[in-house]
Amino acid sequence: QSTVRSGSGQTDPSRGPYIAVITNRSTTLVIRGFMLFSIGVFLALVLNLLQVQRNVTLFPPDVISSIFSSAWWVPPCCGTASAIIGLLYPCIDCRLGEPHKFKREWSSVMRCVAVFVGINHASAKVDFANNVQLSLTLAALSIGLWWTFDRSRSGFGLGVVIALLATLSTQLLVYNGVFQYTSPDFLYIRSWLPCIFFAGVITMGNIGRQLALYECKLMSEKTHQD
Amino acid sequence: MAMDCIGSSDAFKLGILGSIVRRSLDAPRRSVLAHPRTAPPDGRQLTPPPRMTVRERLREKISAAFYRHGLLCASYPVPIILFTSASILACCYPLLRLPLPGTGPVEFTTRVRDYTVPSHEPQGDLGEQPDWYRGPPVAYIQPVLVKAAVSPWDSTLVPVDVFRSPLGRVFSLLEEIRNHVHDDGSGIRSLEALCLQVTDLLPGLRRMQRVLPEHGCLLVSPGNYWQNQRELFDSDPDLLKTVHQHEPKGLHTSATLRDLLFGVPVKHTGVSLYSRKRVVTYTITMVLGSYDARFLSSLRARLRQLHPSVNCSLREDHMVHVHFKEEIGMAELIPLVTTYIILFAYIYFSTRKIDMVKSKWGLALAAVVTVLSSLLMSVGLCTLFGLTPTLNGGEIFPYLVVVIGLENVLVLTKSVVSTPVDLEVKLRIAQGLSNESWSIMKNMATELCIILIGYFTLVPAIQEFCLFAVVGLVSDFFLQMFFFTTVLSIDIRRMELADLNRRLPAEAGMPLPKPGPLRPREAPPPPRPSPHTITLQTPAFRNLRLPKRLRVVYFLARTRLAQRFIMVGTVIWIGILAYTDPAGLRTYLAAQVSEQSPLGDGGAGGLPPHLGVAPVFPGPGGDPVGTLSVLPAPAEPTPLPENQSQGHHGAPGEGVPLVPQISWGAEDEEGWRRLSFRHWPSLFSYYNITLAKRYISILPVIPITLHLSPREAIETRHPQDTRHPPPPSLKTNDLPADLTLYKVAALGLAAGVLLVLLLFCLYRVLCSRNYGQNGVAHGRRRRGDLPCDDYGYSPPISEISPLLLCGHSMDIECLASDGMLLASCCLAGQIRVWDTQTGDCLTVIPKHGLRRSSSSGCWEQRDGWDAVGVAEPENLGGGTEPGGGVFDEGEGYPLRRRTTPRPALFENQPDLTPLIDTNFDSQPPSHLLLTPPRDGFDFGGLVEKAYLEHEPPSPGLTASYPSPLSGPPPQRRRSLGYIQPPAPQGQETPDWESAVWAMELRGNLIAAGRSNGKLELWDAVEGSLRCSNEDGVSGITALAFLNNRIVAARLDGSLDFFTVDINKPLGLLQYRGPPGRSNMPPSPCYSSEDVISCQLTRSVQCAHQKPITVLRAAAGRVVTGSQDHTVRVYRLEDSCCLFTLQGHSGGITAIYIDQTMVLASGGQDGAICLWDVLTGSRVSHVYGHRGDVTSLVCTTSCVISSGLDDLICIWDRSTGIKLYSIQQEVGCGASLGVISESLLVTGGQGCVSFWDLNFGDLLQTVYLGQSSDGQGVRQLVVLNNAAIVCDFGSELSLVYVPSVLEKLD
Repeated sequence: QSTVRSGSGQTDPSRGPYIAVITNRSTTLVIRGFMLFSIGVFLALVLNLLQVQRNVTLFPPDVISSIFSSAWWVPPCCGTASAIIGLLYPCIDCRLGEPHKFKREWSSVMRCVAVFVGINHASAKVDFANNVQLSLTLAALSIGLWWTFDRSRSGFGLGVVIALLATLSTQLLVYNGVFQYTSPDFLYIRSWLPCIFFAGVITMGNIGRQLALYECKLMSEKTHQD
Repeated sequence: MAMDCIGSSDAFKLGILGSIVRRSLDAPRRSVLAHPRTAPPDGRQLTPPPRMTVRERLREKISAAFYRHGLLCASYPVPIILFTSASILACCYPLLRLPLPGTGPVEFTTRVRDYTVPSHEPQGDLGEQPDWYRGPPVAYIQPVLVKAAVSPWDSTLVPVDVFRSPLGRVFSLLEEIRNHVHDDGSGIRSLEALCLQVTDLLPGLRRMQRVLPEHGCLLVSPGNYWQNQRELFDSDPDLLKTVHQHEPKGLHTSATLRDLLFGVPVKHTGVSLYSRKRVVTYTITMVLGSYDARFLSSLRARLRQLHPSVNCSLREDHMVHVHFKEEIGMAELIPLVTTYIILFAYIYFSTRKIDMVKSKWGLALAAVVTVLSSLLMSVGLCTLFGLTPTLNGGEIFPYLVVVIGLENVLVLTKSVVSTPVDLEVKLRIAQGLSNESWSIMKNMATELCIILIGYFTLVPAIQEFCLFAVVGLVSDFFLQMFFFTTVLSIDIRRMELADLNRRLPAEAGMPLPKPGPLRPREAPPPPRPSPHTITLQTPAFRNLRLPKRLRVVYFLARTRLAQRFIMVGTVIWIGILAYTDPAGLRTYLAAQVSEQSPLGDGGAGGLPPHLGVAPVFPGPGGDPVGTLSVLPAPAEPTPLPENQSQGHHGAPGEGVPLVPQISWGAEDEEGWRRLSFRHWPSLFSYYNITLAKRYISILPVIPITLHLSPREAIETRHPQDTRHPPPPSLKTNDLPADLTLYKVAALGLAAGVLLVLLLFCLYRVLCSRNYGQNGVAHGRRRRGDLPCDDYGYSPPISEISPLLLCGHSMDIECLASDGMLLASCCLAGQIRVWDTQTGDCLTVIPKHGLRRSSSSGCWEQRDGWDAVGVAEPENLGGGTEPGGGVFDEGEGYPLRRRTTPRPALFENQPDLTPLIDTNFDSQPPSHLLLTPPRDGFDFGGLVEKAYLEHEPPSPGLTASYPSPLSGPPPQRRRSLGYIQPPAPQGQETPDWESAVWAMELRGNLIAAGRSNGKLELWDAVEGSLRCSNEDGVSGITALAFLNNRIVAARLDGSLDFFTVDINKPLGLLQYRGPPGRSNMPPSPCYSSEDVISCQLTRSVQCAHQKPITVLRAAAGRVVTGSQDHTVRVYRLEDSCCLFTLQGHSGGITAIYIDQTMVLASGGQDGAICLWDVLTGSRVSHVYGHRGDVTSLVCTTSCVISSGLDDLICIWDRSTGIKLYSIQQEVGCGASLGVISESLLVTGGQGCVSFWDLNFGDLLQTVYLGQSSDGQGVRQLVVLNNAAIVCDFGSELSLVYVPSVLEKLD
């Protein structure tokens, strides 16, 4: 089955104030991690469905259960990965000392997620002439996503590294037989996987940063009070 | 600069309208914004200086163009909106030609005779051909409709015989069809070669594996139940059970396996124990991969020859092509729904940012409309130029919206809103537009570039997407520029108008604002005979307080929008259903009608049999003769059925009544129409073949009639078949067949009832319960929540009548109360003590005999007020006071001034004029022209005092203070006829010279702080001065009297703590017992002989850097707020400073602290801070007012603040979210009080208003005097016994709130 990392569906906007109320840092961290995890799981399921659709043109009435037909550990893995990435991004921003200022709004994050789902959609639904074309198109789209919503060097670097690592581990899994693609065309899978990973990393990073923004506000307020 | 001219002329215009001028002086950002970066106001600046680069020149040009465009849009809103709507409609017109969305299949009928497989290329001339009719179909369907009956029926037969032997014949028929071979020289064709070869069933359909064919021809018939093996059929003891075991449980609307195999709807099969007609109908469905006319016609002829259908009149010359639309299943829907959710979240988060406009919802709607109609325009334009959309519109739509985005619209709004408010609307629009022009153009160019790159990926789908996006972007830009900008200008203008209407007093001749949409039923209150009328305020006033979301809900409820939408939607939906006819509804209805009406039946069934016989034989194939001649040999060895059917053929002719009549009607011609429209898609989907956007061709049906003899039926009988009892009665026969229908009907009814109930509940929740009555009901309002409300209990008129306490000759200056007693001090320096229960005046200080001429005191105060008036030169009108002019000349007067005029202060004291005049005469002119040197005369002190007592000082005034304030306020002038008043107490000398700036009342001691720094303690009952302290020299600006301590804040920022000592304990609380009902108050607990001393225990010299403006004491804490932006908390016992709270960016103007240690502070920056007194940390920090916060009150759940912007805001205390705000009358914003947890009282122009805190409802307005345009209520004190006292010019007004009294009891 295909694995897809994922971005946010709906992060409940009403949670903002509640988070702000909680002043404990670790609690906030856990909550953030949990939100990112659930977002990751949700989008993994949905995007997996998109990929399944590519291979099965029409669902018979009772194939709806095939959402969960892939290996059970795939969505939790995606969720964990997205939680790690989403926490890692603001942390790295903090460490590097260059706080991310570009387009810090929920609407922009939503736009990013929508574009990410769109990239997945395109890779699943659009028929490309050959794999090189698919690869190039997806790469261009992913980099466009980064440029539109991120534009930070750390984000780009982290995205590339994680995408490569994830692709590598997926391939290892496949070669060891733990995991297999529905489509036998290895080249086909390989061509789109890194780009999707990259876009997913950027998206999750975006969400993570936005979530971290609440905490930052909180901290700054506290220091101000002190 | 021209911009400045426009600005000031605009301000001038507004100034003529009255009381608005200050707005031009208001905003500090004006100094920034008056010189916008990129706002060339006229053509003069368009000529670029020579040094400009190309980029800058371009930028200039773009912003100039935008500026002009903005002017245009704002000047002619209506024509532009009309033009835009027209262009939208024109661009959307081509969309009418697109098919309506719907999943119903579409049919197209061609003739069989000259049928050729349509080519892939579109042919232009075939007008009626639909555009999907291209290329070969997925499959050809050849149904063989079998009708079989046992005839003659005799009574020895059991019910199972009705269908067992007819079904058994399917196996021989199948054999016949499979073995049919056509050979016409060009090759031998058999079914194997022509049929659609299928492979595996989809995984997950294991239970169907035994029934549906795999790896071979797709040929389905009832025989599939028994794997097409006669032996299995014969040994099956219960056929019905076999059939039923494959049925899905529960209600299933789409095609079931039974439908698939039988090929006719269940109730038409006749496979039932209770069948009345005893005719079994089923279909053998052959699915052919390729079309071979000769083979088919030979098969047809062969079957007909074997089993002729005599009275069959079916037309056989038409084949029907059925095109299926895109299927949307649950699984496809999940990603789609996800994208839509993301889209809505995006729209939500985007439109949430729209702020500072008149109607947030309206603008958000306009933004969404802009994007949507630009998309529609894009599709329409693309269609117009011949690009047919092949992508699934629903799928790409969210991405298109996201690509086009709402950002530009928001940027525009933000930019326009942030232009100076005092400009004219069209200038604001133009400026806002031109400010953002560069970024808008840049973004647009970037997006176009990205999309162009996407276009060159050369993937057709992406290219199409990009094309749509480009056209959408351009049309979106067009709409933004024309539609949205215009809507924005209208909105801003509405805001201006509303602003004007609100700001101007009613007598200014402005038309009153129309009653808002919310409360149209509210009639203005009838005039009341009583001078003290209690009326609801005008609807326009009431409109301002509801939260917006509630207003929307009310609006929806009132206009029943939701209901109407649902109704209209239902009608449209039904219309679309009837139009597209997905489920064969029309055919079904037609069939029903023709079945039931005897006329139709006779016409349809009677005539065709005779006519129809003839065309049957020459009809089908191209050369029937040839086909017959080459009839292959294998058909010969099956003579038996032929003979038999031949033999029985004569039977009906003999008129045996028990022979079941096998009739062929028009409905059999296309029997598949009676099936679910999902029949074919689901059959194919089992083999992973989609029919979406493809079509199948259904060939004319081959009819087969079978008559079986009873003997044969008995022979094929299974031993267990006889166990079935004969049908009990004929009456119940049709019941089971229609059971599904009843089930559906019952479920539908239940669902309908549920829906109605749900809607009813919704309606009840949303709508007013007392629809025709006065007022608006609140769904959330609980009973008994309010002391009095709009429609429930409202207190009788006579119950709330203010009690006027007359006696002061001048305006009330200070008010103090401890619940039982009320002390008031007027401008003349006279202190009066009142009984709050009865309203009797107990004491007058000084006593009449002792009073010296109060006129001088009056005069002094008068000056102070004039100084206040000077602060608003526009209100001063003629500028009668020379002192005012002098004051105005003072240097360092800042640009920023008070934003609220207080005309009431000046206009409401006409009776003082003669007094002033007299005093003028008596004064030497040198005293009149007050031109003090900076250190000589502390004029600011007076102003300060006035502000302290009435409203917190404004930044402008305080900034004009001479910096060294520590010096004693010098005597203003010599008192002319000053007589040292005799001191009856002997020990102290009351000071009549200086004014009382602060007053406190505890027990029966009145503490009065004077402008010369003197603190005096008076006996409230006897009116005698008990002690006096002159330790400080700086004027006492605020006092707090708690237990036996007095805290005095002075003008120089120092804080003095006094202790009141008596030789026996001060019985402060004992006086509270019996309220004085008579004029003679009970004697105080300490005798007059007791020596009361007031000693300065500690003096904090530099408590604050600047004058202390507020002083509050509660719960053992003293809190001071100062001009130096800080709040300090002191402990009362040891005068120890606990915290210095920093957080305001302006001087502190209001502080609230109560017994529960809640501390709230408000400053000149409009900010409100909540503090934790125990830790000194800031709990929350909100910006609420444009201008100073003038007063603050907290309840357990909310914080109420009022500001110089005449707005009363109610905040949630825990979250700091603004619940709602109340617009007050001009100048009356400062006076407010909380009576109970849910009752707020505010002062107005000659009235006080009671509000429900929970909902922001105006409960009542109590007019204090006869004339409604009386003086404004500036001070308001809430007494313990639920009475309020407010100043009303020179009178005090005591208002009891009886219903609250009841509540408190």
